[in-house]
Amino acid sequence: MNTQLLIQLLVNGLVVGTLYGVVAMSFVLIYKATQVVNFAQGELLLVGAWVCWWLLTKYQVPFYLGMPITLVFMFLFGIAIQIVILRPMIGEPIISVIMVTIALSTVFAALMKWIFGVNLQPFPRVFQTQNVNILGLQVQTVYLMSLAVSVAMMIGMAWFFRLSKYGLAMRATAFNQQVAQSLGISVKSVFAMAWAISATVSAVAGVVVAVVNGVSAGLSAYGVKVFPAAILGGLDSVGGAVLGGIIIGLLENFAHFLDSEYLHWGNLYEIAPFYALIIILMIKPYGLFGTKDIERV
Amino acid sequence: MASQTLIPAGDFRTSYAADTTVFPTTTSRNAMISGIVLVCFAPHVVNEYILSLLIQIGIFGIAALGLNIVVGFTGQISIGHAAFFGFGAFTSAYLSNRFGIPVFFCIPLAGVVTAAVGLIFGLPAARLKGLYLAIATLAAQYILLDFFARAEWFTGGSVPASAEPFSLFGYMLRGDKQYFYVVLAYVVVCYLLVTNLIRSRDGRALVAVRDHYLSAEIMGINLTKYRTLSFGLAAFFAGVGGALYAHYNQVVSNEGFGIDRSIIFLAMIIIGGLGSIMGTLMGTAFMVLLPESMEWLSVALRGSPIDQFLGLKNNIAFLREMAIGIIIIVFLVFEPDGLAHRWRQIKAYWKLYPFSH
Repeated sequence: MNTQLLIQLLVNGLVVGTLYGVVAMSFVLIYKATQVVNFAQGELLLVGAWVCWWLLTKYQVPFYLGMPITLVFMFLFGIAIQIVILRPMIGEPIISVIMVTIALSTVFAALMKWIFGVNLQPFPRVFQTQNVNILGLQVQTVYLMSLAVSVAMMIGMAWFFRLSKYGLAMRATAFNQQVAQSLGISVKSVFAMAWAISATVSAVAGVVVAVVNGVSAGLSAYGVKVFPAAILGGLDSVGGAVLGGIIIGLLENFAHFLDSEYLHWGNLYEIAPFYALIIILMIKPYGLFGTKDIERV
Repeated sequence: MASQTLIPAGDFRTSYAADTTVFPTTTSRNAMISGIVLVCFAPHVVNEYILSLLIQIGIFGIAALGLNIVVGFTGQISIGHAAFFGFGAFTSAYLSNRFGIPVFFCIPLAGVVTAAVGLIFGLPAARLKGLYLAIATLAAQYILLDFFARAEWFTGGSVPASAEPFSLFGYMLRGDKQYFYVVLAYVVVCYLLVTNLIRSRDGRALVAVRDHYLSAEIMGINLTKYRTLSFGLAAFFAGVGGALYAHYNQVVSNEGFGIDRSIIFLAMIIIGGLGSIMGTLMGTAFMVLLPESMEWLSVALRGSPIDQFLGLKNNIAFLREMAIGIIIIVFLVFEPDGLAHRWRQIKAYWKLYPFSH
C-alpha cells in the first residue's frame, strides 16, 4: 500500500472538502431562508472568480483591493438576482423555481464563456513561496490558504447565525415566515440578504479555487458537487453541509486512491459522489443532520 | 355530440365520454387528419435542410413527450432525460450490431430496455418528492454519462458506435426522405398512445398524483406505483426517440447526451406547456428552430454594426446557450402555461371575432 500517496490524497480531500463545505453552506443558506434549490450555485463561484481575475489582470489592481471589490460586486449581484428573477417566482410551483435557477446557470455559464472565453486562465500569483514543509509532507501554500479561508468563512458564518441580530432574523424566517413577519422582520430583505451572502461566500470559494487551479468554465462543477454534500449533511443544516462537504471531498480522493492503486477503472473519483448521493437518498434522504419531516411517500 | 363542427359557446357536454373525447368536433378531427396527410407530402416539397429540421422535431418531440408525462402530467421533476435518450440510442445500436435484430424491432426494444433503466432510477421517486427527486435524477444523468464513457462493450467508448440504417422487410430505407416517414409514423403512434393514456384510468391517476398526492392516495391510487410508472414511461419514450436518433444519424457518439440536452428537453415542455400533448410538439419545434433562426439571423446581420459589436460568428454558440436560458426564464415568468395556452387564446379570440371581449 502506498501510504505516501494515501496521505497526500487525504490532505487533498480535506482541502477540497472544506471548499465543498463552504459552497454547500452557501447553498443551504439559500435553501433554508428562501426554500429555493439553487442550481446556479456553481455559476456564482464562476462569476466571482472571473470578476476577480478580470480586476487583477486587466486593471492590475492589487489582490488586497481586488478581492473586496469582487465581494461587494457579488453582494449586489446576489441581491439583483433575487429581486429581478426570484422574487416574481415566489408562490410558483417548485418545478418552476428549480427551472429558473437551472436557466440562470445556463445563462451565466454562457455569458462568462462569451466574455472571457473558454480557455483556462492562470490566476496572478498571490503567494511568493510555493511549498511549506509540514511533518515531512510537502504542502502547497495555496492549499493552506484555501483551508484557512474556508475555516475562517465557516467561523464567520457560525458567528453570523449564532450571535448577530440579522442572523437571528434569518433563522427566524427560516423557522416560520409568517411569525417572523408579524414580529417585524422584513422577509423580503431577508430573502435578498440570503442571496447576497450566499453569492459573496461562493465568490470567496471561487477565488480560492481560481488561485489554486486557475479560472475556467470548469469551476461551475463545484455547483454540482454541492448536491451530494448538502444531501449528505441534510438539506437544511448549515453545519451538516460543512461536514457533508468534507466527507464528500475525502470520499472523492479516497475513491481516487482505490482507483489508481487497485481497481484501475479510471475516473472513479468524479462519479463516486453521485453514487454516494443515490445511496444516501435511498436510505437516509434527510441526511445526517436534516430535519426528518420530509414527506415520505 | 361528435357530429358537431364547432364547439358551442358554453359547456353542454352531458356524458363523460363526450368530456374526454380526443377531438371535440368533427372539424378538429378532419383538421388533424388532413394536417398529417399534408405533412406526408413534405419530403417532396421542402428541401433537404428543412426536412432534416422536421425529422429532428419529430425525434425530439417523442422524447420530450416522455418528459412531459413525468413532469407535466405526474408533477415529478427529471433533470436526467437526455441520459435516457442517449441510453436508447446506444441500446438500439447495440442490439442491431450485436444480435443482428432488425432495426424495425430494435427501436421499440430499445424503448423497453430504457424503460427498465428508467424504472431503476425511478425507484428513489417512489420514496422522494420534489427537489430530492430532481437531485436524484441529476445523479442519474451523471452516472449514465459515466457509464457510456466506461462501458466500451456497449457504447464503443471513445469510438462512436455505428447504427444500421432503418430497413423494412429487407428493403433498406436510405436518405432523409424515406426516414422522414418512419419518424412521422412513430410521432403519430406515440402521440396517439399518450393522448389515450391520459384518458385512461392510469392517466387520470397520474394527473391526480400531480394535483394533490394526498387526495390521490386517499382515493386509492398507489403513489409508489404511479410515480415509478411515470418514470418508466418517460424513459420508454426517451428510448424510442433516442433509437430513432441513432438510426437517423447512423452513428452514436458520446456527445450530446449531457445535462445541457436535458435542459433543452425541459425547455421544450415548459415552452410548449406542461401537461399539454400538442404543446409538447409546439415547444419542440420552437426549441429546434430557435438555434437555427439565430443562425439565420447571424448570417443576415453579417458585417453590420451589431455583428461587429457582438462578434456573432465566433460567439454564436454561447449566444445560443444564453438564448435557451433566457427563453426559459421569460416563459416561466410571463407565460408559465406555455405556447399551448397561447394557442388556445388565439383560437378563442378568433372564434368570437369581432365580438371578443
